[in-house]
Amino acid sequence: MESVANQSENLRRIQRRLIVLRLSVVVVLAILLIRVWYIQIVKGEEYAVLSEQNRVRMVYLKPPRGLIYDRHHNLLANNIPSFNLYVVLSDVDDRQRLREDLSELIGVSVDDVRVAMEKHHTPRLPLKLKEGLTLKEAAAIESSLAQLPGVVIQAETERSYPQGTVAAHIIGYVGEVSAKGLKEEQFQNLVPGSAVGKYGVELEYDRIVRGRVGQKTIEVDARGHEQRAIQIQEPIPGDDLYLTIDLPLQRLAEDLLGDSAGVVVALDPRNGDVLVLASHPTFDPNTLARGLTVSQWNQIRHDPKKPMTNRATQGQYPPGSVFKLVVAAAGLESGSISRSTPVDCRGQFAIGDRVFKDWKKGGHGLVTLHEGLVHSCDIYFYTLGQQLGIDQIAHYAVQLGLGHRTGIDLPAENSGIVPSREWKERALGKPWYPGETISVAIGQGFVTVTPLQMASLIGTIANNGVQYQPRVVRQLKKRQDGTLVDIAPSRSETVQLQQETLTALHEALRDVVVSGTGRRAQSRGITISGKTGTAQVVSLDNVESEDDVPHALRDHAWFVAYAPSDDPKIAVSVIVEHMGHGGAIAAPIARAIIDEYFQPDRVVMVP
Amino acid sequence: MNGEWRKSSLGGALERQFGIPVLILTISSLGILSIYSASQDVSHSLGWAPLYLKQVVWVLIGGLAFLAMSAYDYHRLSRYAYVLYVLSLLLLVVVFLEGRSTRGAQRWLAIGSFSFQPSEIAKVTLVIMLARYFSTQSSKGMVNRLIIPGVLMFPGFLLILLQPDLGTAITYLFVFLTIVLFVGPWTRGLTIGVLGILMVLPFLWKRLSTPLRGYQKERILAFLDPTSDPMGKGYQALQSKIAIGSGQLSGQGLYGATQSQLQFLPDGYTDFAFSAFAEQWGFLGVIVLLFLYYLLFMTMIGVGERARDSSGVILVIGITAILGFCLMVNIGMTVGLLPIVGIPLPLMSYGGTTMVMTFAVLGLLLNVKRRRLFS
Repeated sequence: MESVANQSENLRRIQRRLIVLRLSVVVVLAILLIRVWYIQIVKGEEYAVLSEQNRVRMVYLKPPRGLIYDRHHNLLANNIPSFNLYVVLSDVDDRQRLREDLSELIGVSVDDVRVAMEKHHTPRLPLKLKEGLTLKEAAAIESSLAQLPGVVIQAETERSYPQGTVAAHIIGYVGEVSAKGLKEEQFQNLVPGSAVGKYGVELEYDRIVRGRVGQKTIEVDARGHEQRAIQIQEPIPGDDLYLTIDLPLQRLAEDLLGDSAGVVVALDPRNGDVLVLASHPTFDPNTLARGLTVSQWNQIRHDPKKPMTNRATQGQYPPGSVFKLVVAAAGLESGSISRSTPVDCRGQFAIGDRVFKDWKKGGHGLVTLHEGLVHSCDIYFYTLGQQLGIDQIAHYAVQLGLGHRTGIDLPAENSGIVPSREWKERALGKPWYPGETISVAIGQGFVTVTPLQMASLIGTIANNGVQYQPRVVRQLKKRQDGTLVDIAPSRSETVQLQQETLTALHEALRDVVVSGTGRRAQSRGITISGKTGTAQVVSLDNVESEDDVPHALRDHAWFVAYAPSDDPKIAVSVIVEHMGHGGAIAAPIARAIIDEYFQPDRVVMVP
Repeated sequence: MNGEWRKSSLGGALERQFGIPVLILTISSLGILSIYSASQDVSHSLGWAPLYLKQVVWVLIGGLAFLAMSAYDYHRLSRYAYVLYVLSLLLLVVVFLEGRSTRGAQRWLAIGSFSFQPSEIAKVTLVIMLARYFSTQSSKGMVNRLIIPGVLMFPGFLLILLQPDLGTAITYLFVFLTIVLFVGPWTRGLTIGVLGILMVLPFLWKRLSTPLRGYQKERILAFLDPTSDPMGKGYQALQSKIAIGSGQLSGQGLYGATQSQLQFLPDGYTDFAFSAFAEQWGFLGVIVLLFLYYLLFMTMIGVGERARDSSGVILVIGITAILGFCLMVNIGMTVGLLPIVGIPLPLMSYGGTTMVMTFAVLGLLLNVKRRRLFS
């Protein structure tokens, strides 16, 4: 330890040195002051001129968005060049004259332009007056540019969707980022007028497809026209996406749906790749990307057919008899029944004072699980459902992927409902009634699913209980170095089925098509397994004939399938709204998709 | 000798007149006024209040920090110096691991909706730690005077550099070297020499790096500091000079300063606050502002000269180095003398963490002064 004297000597020594610190501060401040004097007093005049006329401008260079392809590299979303007309209002002396000139040259309405100008509050930043000038219009403007102060034509790109309405719900569309949106963190590197994804893959993968805005610093003349570029930072294009979608198959599915509202989902159960995700009615992303008027937008939004809903991921339907697969799995897995446990079906099932009927008058006689599934016997599943109770059914339904989102890479997926005692208490504040279990046992009542969940369910059963998260994007192409990056499929771990359960289901599903309710799915070339379903819209106990029912109240037709039966490579779910029995309408669609998929010499490139 | 120098100077007279609190309130008020003018276009777009009002709130919070730091005896703070330093290093590690990414770099830590930059805190705890170290360390050897403190300093430097935050990392290193220079057994000549080189070095950046092509230079900077967008910088530098230059002698006034208002000067309320101020108030305004800073620094150094113990004087040296370096680099970059790195101007730039930390360190400095008076 130092002596006190030593310490204070040390302190004084440091303090004496502080004069150096004082001098440093003085020197630094002096240098800065001299520099400011140089800029403000010596060069001030020059800079003031630059500032006043704002001769130096920054122009944003919008990056082209990444392209979107299907799995066979068919182009789904493209960029096409577009000449856009801008005006920098601070360079315009006579706005009325400019409006008249423009109206004469390219036929824009004087009033529209006036409104746009009045709404634009940053006169030094460019205002977009017209998109997509024709070459003729662009030439007309360019040749009289000397008389058009402040007018600038920018060559930019516009999104176009060459497939039109096909796969619109998957691809989505883009729109201009809103003024409000620009302030959000996720859009912080965007500029006004930038296109952002609004729907589908365009929205989900926006950050990847978007690219990075570049800038150009330019010096302009008194009319606001570029004289020279001082600096250019090129925009960085967005990365390309390769979807899992099989475009020819998607087209076929959409053709088969035709004018009916409905869904076709097909996926590869071995990795979750979504091959087809068709939702009808659909929309044309090209019109939406070009921007709609408020009334056009309202018309689409309030269309009772709901074309903007992606029914495959957002439509929630009762699963109907397809749900019997879940109840069967629950029965076998929980050990409540064995494959040979018989039920005597006499066409009626009473619980309390309610009587539930089988769809087949007079009943099926003595049935086991196999026949119950093959002929879709309701009484068998009423009995099994009652035995299991709602909570056990719910447990296995959730395990098989129902009641929660599949996690597909598309926005705003719905989860469907797997009812349980706890669910009803929470959602409706009411206790569970035993009769409700009976409805759920055949896929009616509170239980709802999305068509995507159904495809995933049948795919999981086909793939021996191994479930993959459905996905629509399988590869990215980095624009900077051209490398393709594979996105690994992701396996979900919730499903656990015993081999015996799987075998029982596989055998029954095969026989549904061979000799049961799904005979119309029979194909000549390929073995198909499947299950029919009919989703009741309303209870129709007292109706004699289907024809008496108004269309909007008729049942939805379900069919889920996979093929080939012994080595499944594709899983399909089909629902056609208000078309009655699944076996009649939905099964042929599924078969057509499967047939086409296994066509040995099918053409995968679409012209 | 120092006392005499002080008495004879105009600064000495004025500094007795005003004192630290009045000076920092005056400067930060000018800052708020400047932000009010420069952010008119963007103010409505950022959260719950216009920026200048937010800055008022930050100044008020800073005022509380100032009072708190000046009231609590710095000797007691000094007792926890190492703990505080290690804690701030841990915060840096946390930022490094999961910090929120802003414009590509991880600098911020969020607690609820409140986020702050631990690197700002690390600068201060470094000073407190070194003050403690050197006040208890009597040996004059190289190892004890340079190597050991260097080893203590290094992890913080590395963590800040890795964020990556070049500006703060250099500040951190500069503060360390300044303190080591002043406490070391080196001669005054050496101190002046090294400090001189340290100060001139950044100004020589352009000369030293001429063998590198422009874009290579930018790439090096961009690599070390991705928040800077390499090509946009030339634009910023030019617009900053245009803004300052167009202020001329008497300025464009609070509402006439179009360069900063119309977003031609990006960040006119944060890193380029000085440019906006210079455009609004002209050369006369700049003289006043720099004179206010001069008074502030002289007052601060004066506190050091009269401190009763070496930990007090080292605190003063460290705090002066932090604020002085930030001022030098920030204004240097706005006038085109230094490369553009994101270092805010103390008391002027918009920003919560910086504002509160600046007030806090100045509170600590006042603390050193008060201990002298009351003991």
